[in-house]
Amino acid sequence: MSFHPEMQYETALHKSARRLPPEGEPFTFTPERRQRFEEIATHYPQEQRRSAILYALFLVQEQQGWISANAMRHVAEVIGCTPADVEDVVSYYAMFYRQPVGRYVLQVCRTLSCALRGAERVTEAFSEALGVKVGETDATGTFTLVEVECLGACDRAPVVMVNDGWHECLKPEDAKQLLDDVRARGEAALSGCFHKVEKA
Amino acid sequence: MDPLLTPHVREPRSYTLDFYLRQDGGYQALRKALGMTPDAIIDEVKKSGLRGRGGAGFPTGMKWQFVDRKTDKPRYICCNADESEPGTFKDHVLMERNPHLLLEGCAIGCYAIGAKVAYIYIRGEFLHVQHVLEEAIAEAYAGGYLGRNILGSGFDCDIYLHRGAGAYEAGEETALIESLEGKRAQPRLKPPFPATAGLYGCPTAVNNVETLCNVPLIVARGGEWYAALGPEKNGGPKLFCVSGHVVRPGTFEGTMHTTVRELIYGHAGGIANGRQLKAVIPGGSSVPVLRPDQIDVPASFDGLMKAGTMLGSAGMIVMDDTTCMVWMAENLLHFYRHESCGKCTPCREGGAWLLNMLRKIERGEGRLRDIELLLSVADNIAGKTLCAFGDAAATPVLATIKQFRDEFEAHVREGRCTCPADWRARQPVAAH
Repeated sequence: MSFHPEMQYETALHKSARRLPPEGEPFTFTPERRQRFEEIATHYPQEQRRSAILYALFLVQEQQGWISANAMRHVAEVIGCTPADVEDVVSYYAMFYRQPVGRYVLQVCRTLSCALRGAERVTEAFSEALGVKVGETDATGTFTLVEVECLGACDRAPVVMVNDGWHECLKPEDAKQLLDDVRARGEAALSGCFHKVEKA
Repeated sequence: MDPLLTPHVREPRSYTLDFYLRQDGGYQALRKALGMTPDAIIDEVKKSGLRGRGGAGFPTGMKWQFVDRKTDKPRYICCNADESEPGTFKDHVLMERNPHLLLEGCAIGCYAIGAKVAYIYIRGEFLHVQHVLEEAIAEAYAGGYLGRNILGSGFDCDIYLHRGAGAYEAGEETALIESLEGKRAQPRLKPPFPATAGLYGCPTAVNNVETLCNVPLIVARGGEWYAALGPEKNGGPKLFCVSGHVVRPGTFEGTMHTTVRELIYGHAGGIANGRQLKAVIPGGSSVPVLRPDQIDVPASFDGLMKAGTMLGSAGMIVMDDTTCMVWMAENLLHFYRHESCGKCTPCREGGAWLLNMLRKIERGEGRLRDIELLLSVADNIAGKTLCAFGDAAATPVLATIKQFRDEFEAHVREGRCTCPADWRARQPVAAH
């Protein structure tokens, strides 16, 4: 992205650069999801449907797992904006995936407080156990490994999100076991957000 | 001081309306506020000297006073629950364990500035917290504390949750507004300020979660009482987050008389594994790092500013002597590089340069003049961007080199990392 002779082009594009998303399958919201969208759209003034765009995109990921070009066009239609407006938003926010991901997306927090307590080793442990590099999905399509920035639970570092679920205080030596537990029990294997208090 | 913001966070079901009504005299402040005039409430908040808890420390009373109340346009409160500043997790606790305090603060704020709608912009990763807030909002509506004709006062107020999708820059007030409008979270030029033209071009006040949580306390017991809790001009209870190489990381509530040393060695139990303190960042990653000989200062806005840093978001990141300072700066610059919205050239391009140069130095491939180049590039970012993100990105470089320059020079001279640690990656990412 930078054109200085001494600056190497990066392999990972910054969010301000554009890459075309894959087309994907034809996409329409299920009636139930369309209904949920319309309900949320009433939280904003009538002429400001675009405010509900993030919610619409989360619904797309709920339905399809990732956001394809077809899905972006459908959202544009539902909201009443251009596909470019939708792509603008999708390409900006870190929680939206523009290509298919595994069943479970492992998001390891890599920022300072977690890194100080071994997050780099957690990523290495996952990487070794799955045989993938950061950003890749394993051969069975079960796990995608990504690094994310500060998740806001630094006193329970290292923190890992698995899809929308939370797992805290993960030691590098326990990383492999977590993978087995998640394979066996899904998100129920996660510690959740630490409650010293019983959650009633 | 007994906790005022987090008195019951360890007790079961402290997040329910039932608990709030029984234990904390819940919603009495709202009741009292509805019997006052909006001007009187803003006066009380000004008297209290409440300063924004999101990081900038701007006086809240002044911010609310600036909101244009003469216009016909609707007004809005946006609660900034996008907590993403590295080292900070206080809003997380407040929303999860004392959500009604936040809702009460939002409602009082709406009444004070003449807004009928408040949006709580909550970061996308906090879905579990969002569920707690959803329940609390439903309870508040059912109890008549939100909605139409609240407590028979004739005042209407709606609070809606708005889920973010992973963007630190959405915590900047104008970028938050852009994101709420359904666009990229990129900041706007100020002026105009949100108080004149914010959400949908209408007068808006954007306030941090903890700031709004302080409002019911001020209304209930008065601005003077609040201002007296703590040093002059730094009044009120404060939540401090301590993380990193300490025995007991966590959130602690106290006045701003509390020193950084007390927080690290008292509340957080000191450095873990019998090691020594090497450095502490007192206010989230965007503020300058402190050396061990600088920690006997009160953790207040003014106290830390006198010490050459800032209170910021009160997220203390504690580092022991196994921590390489060059690595630390690189770790933070990776964060700023990733989170840069891309709008301003100095931040977008300069951030990438800073990260690459730090990586080179960290791997032992740096040259002595790279250190001067780092300072020069950082100087070209700070103060030259639309929002404070640029200053924040430059700070880890400027402050860490200022405080630990010898470590940078050692990396260059010896051609390797001079402070390796066994908790870091065995195979670091390549320099290029």
